[in-house]
Amino acid sequence: MVERHVWLSVFCHVVLLVGAAAVCMPLYFAFVAGSLTVEDVQQVPFPLLPRDHFVQNIVTAWNEGDFGQLYINSIIVTVGIVVGKLVVSIIAGFAVTYFRFPFRMTAFWLIFISLMLPVEVRIIPTYEAVADAGGPLRSFFEAIGLTGLLANTTGYRLDAALQWNMVNTYSGLILPLIASASATFLFRQFFLTIPDELCEAAKLDGAGPMKFFWDVLLPLSRANIAALSIILFLYGWNQYLWPLLFTTEKGMYTAMIGLKDLIPVADARPAWNIAMAAAFFVMAPPAIVILLMQRWFTKGLVDSSK
Amino acid sequence: MPASDAMRLSGGAATRLRFPLRRSLGLALGSSEVGLKAAHFRRPWLAAGLLAPQLLILLFFFFIPTYKALSLAFVQVDPFGGTSIFVGLDNFTTLFSSPEYRDSAILTLWFTLVQCVVTLFIAALLAFATDVVIRGRAIYKGVILLPYAIAPAISGVLWAFLFNPTVGPLAHMLHDLGYAWDPNRRPFDALLLVSVAAIWKHVCYDYIFLVAAFLAVPASVIEAAAIDGARPVRRFLTVTLPMAAPTVFFLVVMNFVYGLFETFGIIDTITHGGPAGSTNTLVYKVYQDGFRLLDLGSSAAQSVVLMAIAVLFTVLQFRAVERKVNYQV
Repeated sequence: MVERHVWLSVFCHVVLLVGAAAVCMPLYFAFVAGSLTVEDVQQVPFPLLPRDHFVQNIVTAWNEGDFGQLYINSIIVTVGIVVGKLVVSIIAGFAVTYFRFPFRMTAFWLIFISLMLPVEVRIIPTYEAVADAGGPLRSFFEAIGLTGLLANTTGYRLDAALQWNMVNTYSGLILPLIASASATFLFRQFFLTIPDELCEAAKLDGAGPMKFFWDVLLPLSRANIAALSIILFLYGWNQYLWPLLFTTEKGMYTAMIGLKDLIPVADARPAWNIAMAAAFFVMAPPAIVILLMQRWFTKGLVDSSK
Repeated sequence: MPASDAMRLSGGAATRLRFPLRRSLGLALGSSEVGLKAAHFRRPWLAAGLLAPQLLILLFFFFIPTYKALSLAFVQVDPFGGTSIFVGLDNFTTLFSSPEYRDSAILTLWFTLVQCVVTLFIAALLAFATDVVIRGRAIYKGVILLPYAIAPAISGVLWAFLFNPTVGPLAHMLHDLGYAWDPNRRPFDALLLVSVAAIWKHVCYDYIFLVAAFLAVPASVIEAAAIDGARPVRRFLTVTLPMAAPTVFFLVVMNFVYGLFETFGIIDTITHGGPAGSTNTLVYKVYQDGFRLLDLGSSAAQSVVLMAIAVLFTVLQFRAVERKVNYQV
């Protein structure tokens, strides 16, 4: 233990208090704004204490933006991203670390390369891919002549059957976001640290690969799965660019896009009280998750970059 | 156990038969044993089945789109119909000679650089303070981590309100001080506001990593420095910080990635890239040109430039992670 300096401690407490205040300040003003009426919001100077319209504004915002539906959309998309990505990546990570098969390294590199390009840099082509997911298959079948053959022999229009438009669908919102191998890579790194003896023992006891996976690997991965679920939950709930592009119908908006629609634009009625009240219930789910599961998530976040 | 014996036997035979193939593959891709557990299974079809979902998703939503972006970058497409003409590097020469694009690139560089340095500095100061204090540490941590849960878009909404020139409380304060604050008209104000929102949202990320890194410095090293007469600030600057250097390097890379690619929501909710393109970063410009102006060729060329940047940063990121592992006491 080293010596302690009183003044240093005081200074550090001041630094942390200022930091914490800087974090809370926008949230506090948002809360105050959310508790005002539209006339109060435009007051100069801005009121420093909250008034009593918060609940009323929340109700107004909820109904005005049809957030009942948007919340359901957000929940479906987020759960889809969390579950889909976890399942897909854990089995893929299992396959590349625990199986010997031809082209194993090719598969590994195909997965690894996808770590390099975030969704944001391929916005337009991915949009096309989702707007016309059957496109590549159509051109493929056309190239090998299957389309013409089927149309001539059975009258079945393959090119018509392969029209999948995923705009305004849940799968269109989910699938492109799980098309990255970050989690697969994470599970691979974790599996590599598991002692070989466990698998040897399982094999000696006559367990097949899937039994080993269920009874040994999954229970060992519980902590990683928990931490990753939290991170993916925040990632899914907080998506903005993707839902903005892929939803054109109001009924398919996520809560985040609904909030964007409530921001007053220039020259409109400055209903910031409604927008700020809405901001609270849109950010509530991830904030609650962070507050309740802080330890899991900080450990998982720091570990996942190793 | 006959089943597993049979499996092992058939696996062995298969390996022997496939040996020449494996060897040639091994030469092409490095050893095929890399990242394979010593105790493993030999069931190629099961492995293929386990890999299939991941590879199919990647094929449809990663490889095909990436290929399309690459091929679109070299053609001229008319936005309403299917016709496209091969134009070689024209899209790129037009792009690099366009003053708008150069402005956007310089702006992005400055924005990212400032955001990165300021975020790291604030996070380091807070992490240092967290390392020193004992009482209330958990509460401070909990509060400072809160913005991690808040989406960039919501951070944008909150700050857009605070500094809204007509209703924002902080804008009123600036007006009272005689500063004609207006992010809707003054480019500098807009850029400043976007930067503040971006930093506010991201300090917590650097903070988590730095707190962990400072905590990982062995107490014995700190005590040795203390015995040699180094006072707390000196110990921090000459012992703790150098020991955390790999983490800092990693965070520099991650901050750049954040500033480049993840600030879309902030910009879209606060400024929409305006006024006069003053907050039109490269990622925002791809979206603007592709979805608002429907200039697909230019937008694809911009995507390719961004891809090159992203690949560069991924390589740096892996370097950073490697260095972290090698730095041992």
